[in-house]
Amino acid sequence: MPLLMPVLLAGLLFCIGVYGVLARRNAILVLMSVELMLNAVNINLVAFDVWLRDELLAGQVFTLFVITIAAAEVGLGLAIVLLVFRNRATSSLDEMTELREDAA
Amino acid sequence: MTAVYVALAAPFLAALLGLLGGRRWPGLVVPVAVGGTTAALVAASVLGGRVVLDAPLSLRVQLADVPTGGPPFGIDLRADGLAAMVSVAVCVVALCVQVYSTAYLKGDPRYSSYAALVSLFTAAMLLVVFADDLMVLLVGWEVMGVCSYFLIGHHWEQEAARAGAVKAFVVTRLGDVGFLFGIFALVRAVGSFSIDEVVRSGVGTERTATVATLLLLCGVVGKSAQFPLHTWLPDAMAGPTPISALIHAATMVAAGIYLVVRLFDVFLQAPTTLAVMAVIACITMLGGALAALGQDDIKRVLAYSTVSQLAYMLAALSVGSAVAANFHLLTHAAFKALLFLAAGSVIHAVGTNLMPDMGGLRRLMPVTFLTMTVGLAALAGLPPFAGFFSKEAVLGAAEETARHGNGVAAAWTGWLVLVVGLITVAVTAAYVTRLWLMTFLGDRRGAAAAHESGPAMRWPLLALAVPSVLLGIVGLRDGWLPRWATRGDAGEVAQASLHVGLATSGVSVLLAVAGAAAMWLAWRRNPAADPTAALRARPAFERAFWVDEMYDRGVVGPVRGMARAVLRADDEVVTGAVRGTGRGATGLGRLVSLSQQGNVQTYLTGLLAGVLLLALGVVTLT
Repeated sequence: MPLLMPVLLAGLLFCIGVYGVLARRNAILVLMSVELMLNAVNINLVAFDVWLRDELLAGQVFTLFVITIAAAEVGLGLAIVLLVFRNRATSSLDEMTELREDAA
Repeated sequence: MTAVYVALAAPFLAALLGLLGGRRWPGLVVPVAVGGTTAALVAASVLGGRVVLDAPLSLRVQLADVPTGGPPFGIDLRADGLAAMVSVAVCVVALCVQVYSTAYLKGDPRYSSYAALVSLFTAAMLLVVFADDLMVLLVGWEVMGVCSYFLIGHHWEQEAARAGAVKAFVVTRLGDVGFLFGIFALVRAVGSFSIDEVVRSGVGTERTATVATLLLLCGVVGKSAQFPLHTWLPDAMAGPTPISALIHAATMVAAGIYLVVRLFDVFLQAPTTLAVMAVIACITMLGGALAALGQDDIKRVLAYSTVSQLAYMLAALSVGSAVAANFHLLTHAAFKALLFLAAGSVIHAVGTNLMPDMGGLRRLMPVTFLTMTVGLAALAGLPPFAGFFSKEAVLGAAEETARHGNGVAAAWTGWLVLVVGLITVAVTAAYVTRLWLMTFLGDRRGAAAAHESGPAMRWPLLALAVPSVLLGIVGLRDGWLPRWATRGDAGEVAQASLHVGLATSGVSVLLAVAGAAAMWLAWRRNPAADPTAALRARPAFERAFWVDEMYDRGVVGPVRGMARAVLRADDEVVTGAVRGTGRGATGLGRLVSLSQQGNVQTYLTGLLAGVLLLALGVVTLT
């Protein structure tokens, strides 16, 4: 199987993820975009693992790690978003600017 | 030698005790101050007695050698006839002043530190007198300067006292810079700080001697208040009157003369310096006497008279007669201290320094009147008072140089000193008469009820009046002062013996009488007015020929201007640069902080853009 296809797919997914993280307003969608980016990386890891015929299967092992960590991260992220929503009745990132420097 | 240690240590310990414990035990201040000075006087008298009984005295002791990078200097002391004579004079005046001050400054809140500083000053002056090492001498010299500064500023709540103290300090310091370099020049030529060594081995070439002595002369001119550095002395009169008597008339200002006497063999190697000295002395002598003629403040009259009399001593040195200078130093110490203390008594009684507010004090203060008259007669050089003989010694030495030459000083310096000295005798008699008439005769002007001062102030006056009358006699015989004040070789004594010429004596007495008579005639016309009021040149005399104003224009003004320019440069350039850096950084930071909007996504966009730019840069550049 040629390497091009999975790499193209991974690049496409990553770009969609980046766009989502940078452009979406909804915190949940941003989290989902982060997942897209992580999974793009996963595809890359698996593809190169196969292509390089790695004896230790390091790429696949890493993928498992990334999936685990991504699950944990989403859990935490959703919990934070939930708390923010309870407090402010919004999940729009544009409205969460309390940490900015006030012009002196 | 024990006597020397006692003379040095007693006033020093008294000063230490007074400064440390004066506040805690106020009852001890007077006994400690007077006791320390008395001990010093006894010790000095022992030395003086030994000189008088079995001259010559020559004690030297080297207490320690202090290694330096170059020639080492030693804590060397020496007592010889000259030192013994001067130390006795210093101690007598110091004791009189201490006793007098107990009454004069009674109830003064800072009396304890005052008495301690007078003791410290006495110790420093005796250190100068007994020093046999240039560094030791310099230490005493500078300590005296500091004491003088503190004591002039005793009444520091008055503007004039503060200004006078600072002026005295700065002006004498100016001379001391030259003095220090003069010492360096001597040490470089001789390779030793020891005065004995310097005098014995000579300095080598005339050029070295001239350079070194001219530099030393700067210090002498500063300390002894000679033209052009004389301006500090009249302003130093803002200090208490006993201080003026001790420091600014009898002892410290004479230290410059004493130093030249000490190093006179070196000065004799430099005829140029002697000629410069003669010119300075003549300008100061006549200028000081004329300035004294125009003063209204009794202390300023005496201050200018001190300047003028010190110039007589310098003139004697410039014509090659150290003994005459020394003689005049001793008599002047006696009668000028007496005059200042008597003036202090007058000021204490009437509460003003100004002679136009005095007058008619003759009957009210008989003791002061009598002693002051003695002092004034000595100052005017009327026989048989002390000042007559010492002034004759100076004029006689000048005449000797002028007519026969003495191989060292040029004949023209002799003529110059003789002529100017004789003119000054007349002027001196005139201002002395003016002071006497305006203070004691005529009718009482001014409101304060005058009265005779108490015993603590009367007795020092009487004690000082004795040498003012009698001290002249010791100069009359070769076996007395000339032998005491030299190393005692027959040839040296003969050379040092005083030449009192009948011609100069007659002329000087006539001139003195003429000066006094002129003043008396002017006063007779209107006893209530100032006898010099009609003089055309009086404004010039009163302002002392505008030397102060010239310094203001020529030195003080430009220095102030420069200081202002420096301040402005500091304010605007240096501070501006520092402030500008800070302000620039703050502004830049504010500009950058505009981007911190709190929107995480904007930051991430920036981050991504940065990463992309870096990656692109790495790709294209490698």
